[in-house]
Amino acid sequence: MSNADHHLVAGAEGHQPSLAHHFSSHRQQYEAGKLGMWLFLLTEVLLFGGLFCAYAVFRANRPEIFIWAHQFLDKQLGALNTAVLITSSFTMALAVRCAQWDQRRLSAFFLTLTLVCACVFLGVKYVEYKHKWEEGLLWVRQFQPAEAAASLDESGTSDQQPRHAGIFFSIYFAMTGLHAVHVLAGMGAIGWVLVRTLRGHFNRQYFGPVDYVGLYWHLVDLIWIYLFPLFYLIH
Amino acid sequence: MTESLPINYLTYPRGLRCWLLTLDHKRIGVMYLVSVAAALVLGLLFALLMRTELIAPGRTIMGEDTYNRVFTVHGAVMIFLVVIPGIPAVLGNFFLPLMLGAKDVAFPRLNLASLYLWWIGALFLLLTLAFGGLDTGWTFYTPYSTSTNTNVLAAVTGVFILGFSSIFTALNFIVSIHTLRPPGMTWRRMPLFLWGLYATGLIQVLATPVLGITLLLLAIERILGLGIFDSTLGGDPVLFQHFFWFYAHPAVYIVILPGMGIISEVIPVFSRKPIFGYRFIAYSSVAIALIGFLVWGHHMFVAGQSVLASTIFSALTFLVAIPSAVKVFNWLATMYKGSIELAAPMIYALIFLFLFGIGGLTGLFLGTLSVNVPLHNTHFVVAHFHYVIIGGAVIAFLAGLHYWWPKMFGRMYNQTWARISALLIFVAFNMTFFPLFIMGARGLVRRYYDYSAFLGTNPEFTLYNQLATIGGYLLVTGLVSMATCLISSLWTGRPAPANPWNAPGLEWQCSSPPPPENPPPPAQVGDPYDFSQLAVPATL
Ligand SMILES: [Cu+2]
Repeated sequence: MSNADHHLVAGAEGHQPSLAHHFSSHRQQYEAGKLGMWLFLLTEVLLFGGLFCAYAVFRANRPEIFIWAHQFLDKQLGALNTAVLITSSFTMALAVRCAQWDQRRLSAFFLTLTLVCACVFLGVKYVEYKHKWEEGLLWVRQFQPAEAAASLDESGTSDQQPRHAGIFFSIYFAMTGLHAVHVLAGMGAIGWVLVRTLRGHFNRQYFGPVDYVGLYWHLVDLIWIYLFPLFYLIH
Repeated sequence: MTESLPINYLTYPRGLRCWLLTLDHKRIGVMYLVSVAAALVLGLLFALLMRTELIAPGRTIMGEDTYNRVFTVHGAVMIFLVVIPGIPAVLGNFFLPLMLGAKDVAFPRLNLASLYLWWIGALFLLLTLAFGGLDTGWTFYTPYSTSTNTNVLAAVTGVFILGFSSIFTALNFIVSIHTLRPPGMTWRRMPLFLWGLYATGLIQVLATPVLGITLLLLAIERILGLGIFDSTLGGDPVLFQHFFWFYAHPAVYIVILPGMGIISEVIPVFSRKPIFGYRFIAYSSVAIALIGFLVWGHHMFVAGQSVLASTIFSALTFLVAIPSAVKVFNWLATMYKGSIELAAPMIYALIFLFLFGIGGLTGLFLGTLSVNVPLHNTHFVVAHFHYVIIGGAVIAFLAGLHYWWPKMFGRMYNQTWARISALLIFVAFNMTFFPLFIMGARGLVRRYYDYSAFLGTNPEFTLYNQLATIGGYLLVTGLVSMATCLISSLWTGRPAPANPWNAPGLEWQCSSPPPPENPPPPAQVGDPYDFSQLAVPATL
């Protein structure tokens, strides 16, 4: 959002409630907040990085587990959720742009749309998880896939179940579960800036929080964009 | 205690509520000081219990189960509550904004949140103590940590929360250094303590989340049986070790880098000379931070790691020693032909050079593949680690505390008393830990409550252990004496002038103790190591 800088008046500004006392200008405050947010996103990348690393290790060591087990994931639902999240990233970007242009109502509208998309995502995720639960396709200690595996074998699309196949679902639930927690946190953050938008806290000079929450939401989206092919689209 | 002093951050505004809800970085630093000191007392208590058990072979005051819990709690408390937050949270919080001439850190509320998270994390570690204890060692290695019936969950929760506390502090410092520097303070004119905090912050931000996810997986493993670290379910316990040391090796630099920053401030002031090789010291901090991320495998030479990987990790471990040595030589060159004033902070800085030198060089022994195999898991490792952590970080912290104490609390402490305490700490520390090098090299395995099995071939172990135990008591005596000297100065010390050491740093320009509102920086900030305008301080 480099264009945003045009709306920031550099230099000394009077004492305003939206400018914290230890910053000398809105620009300084905005840049501090933005750098802080990027650093926070870096910690999130490393948090997930551990899991991506675990994924890589297990997939390299036991590729047959991943090829066998991924067939139980519903590609269509995964693709739907990918589309929903990408759409939500778009509406979030629009909300940020409207906030920068002082269009509060429109900004609130797009934030609400983003929230709706997030709800749809979690709804679809719930359907997927429920299905896995019913089929016994759970993390390795609870992994009892008798029926599902049998049905796959009959239709001839699957080889025999590899040893420790449940480890796939351990990683699947760890990664998508942690991602879902981040979606929930993101919804909380979006709700918070939505309330502040409706109360008229933001203007051309002060829109940082909308921007920062937007960045966070894009990261949540981005992580899913990696998770989808890594779990659903294995060959 | 401060009645006679003008209005300052300690006295205004009054009341417990004002302290607990303060956003002032100085008060948060002081509250961190009290909290970390309390945790240090707890950690020392467990250290003394351990040393007492080892004063004689066989069972002395506790059995093996208790001993396992005692060394675990000692390690967890000292690492996660004391030395990791130590310097940044106490001295960094207090002095980073003052050195920048800023009104506060970039995110004051986040700063307070970090303190509260420290308290909550500490509470969880105390709960661990009260309910079931913990006997995994501070490293939480799987598979033992997933099968022991001690309270791993509470401990892991506590450490996870402390990780957030650490990240919040680091994030605040990095952003403050980027955005709040005053006019004239370019990156190359920044005090070296800030370079140290910056490099530390980078490690905290990059490494701590990996510890977070590791502990999260460990907790889920215990609750649900996730299996990622369980080889019986197709998981990989060595993956835990990789994850853990990816954090915990850089964590050593989280501990030591800010200490090196303090030493870089103290040595020029008490040598009355500009720092030698400013840029080398500054950039070597960042080099240590970055190379430090690539050496974690040296903890796993005997864990079934491939020879190729071990060789690379060993070579990288040697490489990371270079920037540390660069700093040491620059400090020595700073002192060369300086007019050295042996005030208490400088004595601690000299102790640091000596002890950190031993700690760093013995690290090379352990980083060497062939030597590591016999030394692995012996008292040699314990001795090396304590020379680096106490001899390095804790001594540097004490150097900083004695250097900045007059600024923080507005009182001068008794120099003679402080110097004697420092010497006692130095002698007692070597008495405690040097025998461990010898015993470790002769094969004494660590974490055993009883060493009678070793006495057949090494009857001298009893004597060495007794030396170490008596040294431990003396070390604690020295620390108590040091603390008493400082604390008593609050009542009996003479009021401190604004700049008692005639130091050029920006933090010395406001009154002692500083006013509630930090003064604005001068129109143009000069060189932080320029002594040409300053007189030599009057005899202390
Ligand atoms: Cu290491």
